[in-house]
Amino acid sequence: MKSVIVKNVLGLRDWIDQRFPLIQLWNEHVGQYYAPKNFNFWYYFGVLALVVLVIQIVTGIWLVMSYKPDANFAFASVEYIMRDVEWGWLIRYMHSTGASFFFIVIYLHMFRGIMYGSYQKPRELLWILGMCLYLALMAEAFFGYLLPWGQMSYWGAQVIISLFGAIPFVGETLSLWIRGDYVVSDITLNRFFAFHVIALPFAIAGLVVLHILALHHVGSNNPDGIDIKANKNAQGKPVDGIPFHPYYTTKDAPAVVALLILMAVVIFFAPEMGGYFLEHNNFVPADPLTTPEHIAPVWYFTPFYSILRANTVNFFMVPAKLWGVIFMGLGTMVFFLLPWLDKGKVRSIRYRGWIYKTALGLFVVSFLILGYLGLLPPTPARTALAQVCTVIYFLFFLLMPFYTKWDKTKPVPERVT
Amino acid sequence: MSSDSIDMERRQFLTGTATVLGGVGASVAAIPFVSTFQPSARAKAIGAPVEANIDQLEPGQRVTYKWRGKPVWVVRRTEEQLKALEDSTAVLADPESAKSTQPVFAENSWRSLNREYLVLVGICTHLGCSPSFRPLLSDEIMGADWQGGFYCPCHGSKFDLSGRVYAGVPAPTNMEVPPYKFLTDTRILIGESEEAGS
Repeated sequence: MKSVIVKNVLGLRDWIDQRFPLIQLWNEHVGQYYAPKNFNFWYYFGVLALVVLVIQIVTGIWLVMSYKPDANFAFASVEYIMRDVEWGWLIRYMHSTGASFFFIVIYLHMFRGIMYGSYQKPRELLWILGMCLYLALMAEAFFGYLLPWGQMSYWGAQVIISLFGAIPFVGETLSLWIRGDYVVSDITLNRFFAFHVIALPFAIAGLVVLHILALHHVGSNNPDGIDIKANKNAQGKPVDGIPFHPYYTTKDAPAVVALLILMAVVIFFAPEMGGYFLEHNNFVPADPLTTPEHIAPVWYFTPFYSILRANTVNFFMVPAKLWGVIFMGLGTMVFFLLPWLDKGKVRSIRYRGWIYKTALGLFVVSFLILGYLGLLPPTPARTALAQVCTVIYFLFFLLMPFYTKWDKTKPVPERVT
Repeated sequence: MSSDSIDMERRQFLTGTATVLGGVGASVAAIPFVSTFQPSARAKAIGAPVEANIDQLEPGQRVTYKWRGKPVWVVRRTEEQLKALEDSTAVLADPESAKSTQPVFAENSWRSLNREYLVLVGICTHLGCSPSFRPLLSDEIMGADWQGGFYCPCHGSKFDLSGRVYAGVPAPTNMEVPPYKFLTDTRILIGESEEAGS
């Protein structure tokens, strides 16, 4: 009996394989994809990002079934999902918690890339595709945040759209064009809904495919930053590589379970996360006449928000408002240049000298401080601290060509350790 | 040239012209898609003037009206507050409102038609938040140079009781004064003025 089933399944597989490159695709990307055997903790986050993406798409589809993208009904429809729809609260909390977890996972994934020099040749394009994904994710989060139509949704969108108004000459027209109205309104809500549920999910899914194709073409980097393809056995397989399946599928499975447990803890015990995942003011319906006493973006945008606020001085004939927008934009875009700013001869932090380690450490600390300050209302002392951190943030990139060149590196081993 | 050889020049010309014409077509086809993003006829139409009745407004108070979806404030200022407007211009970035948006009648230190009543679009010129009303002439939280005015909670911009911006804050210009006119002593029409061209 059993053999009949196996025979039929294998038969179906072969039938498909004659008409579609099933086995070839599986081998290329899973069964015969050789990844370095020394992956550590930091190599979980790519897979975890994929898991969170799936969660967001599935819960998103279910939310759209009950949500109404109309300024008169949007806020009430979210409350309806929370109170009246069977298990609606769970779907909504999975989606809102998933948004924050997406950024946690992506920031750790990016830090891994920086730490091990994963953007260096030949992975520049892989890095750029990843950065495009990061920008698309920020846009997706921004558009989605307007949808509950709470006070923070409304005023957050108002501030971010007004950023475009700072661009000389065309700015005002541009922000009018984005809003489709003279203020953030029903028209704005409707188009943001279209972007959030159709345009950006498509873009993100497409970029994920490109990101993975690029990764599998050049091969994964590793904590030693060694090219494993340089050392192949008689069968032409890298001696320091192991097939993604079953080795890394087995390694990643417990990490996925751990992520799901962590998310469940948040969803069930602290879905608002003390106002950091779901802000208190967003439980108040949008009011175009009153800005809340304290507004701050959700935590994952606060480092850049701090950079924006830190610009309080007009210089070179350019008003502080425009500098704020320029530096905030540069603060996100500057990562694109990493492959060309880094003149180091080694990839991994393991074989870099003390200068690079100090620089990276200062950068991380300034990024965290900026993120923390962005959550708080501004005071003169906090603004001064944000200015210092902004300078450190940009010096990390600006001086990178010099300190990575001068830094004393350690010899890189032939084989992974 | 034999009949079965490939004429590369001709092929390149055809490819080139097809690309250019196709590109032009695609660009023209993008026009309606880009244009739908502009404010619709309905959005443009909702710009009618709003009438404010201020007979209940006491000195030192503020009322908010909604005009074109934005908050418009009417503030009745006290004599002390008006005096402070003329005395303490040193902390301001644009005390004469030279770089700011207002009808001609408001190009004065009280930025209004009637000295006592300030009519202002309640939107910060930085990034569009609505500042909070802090009318007291001395306010410990706001610092020593505070003369009463508006404070933007989003990025810390400060304005005096004429909506004039303080120096050293993110907002670049004074807050906008909308066109308006007095229908009677206690009724203001916001959105229309008697000035030519406004």
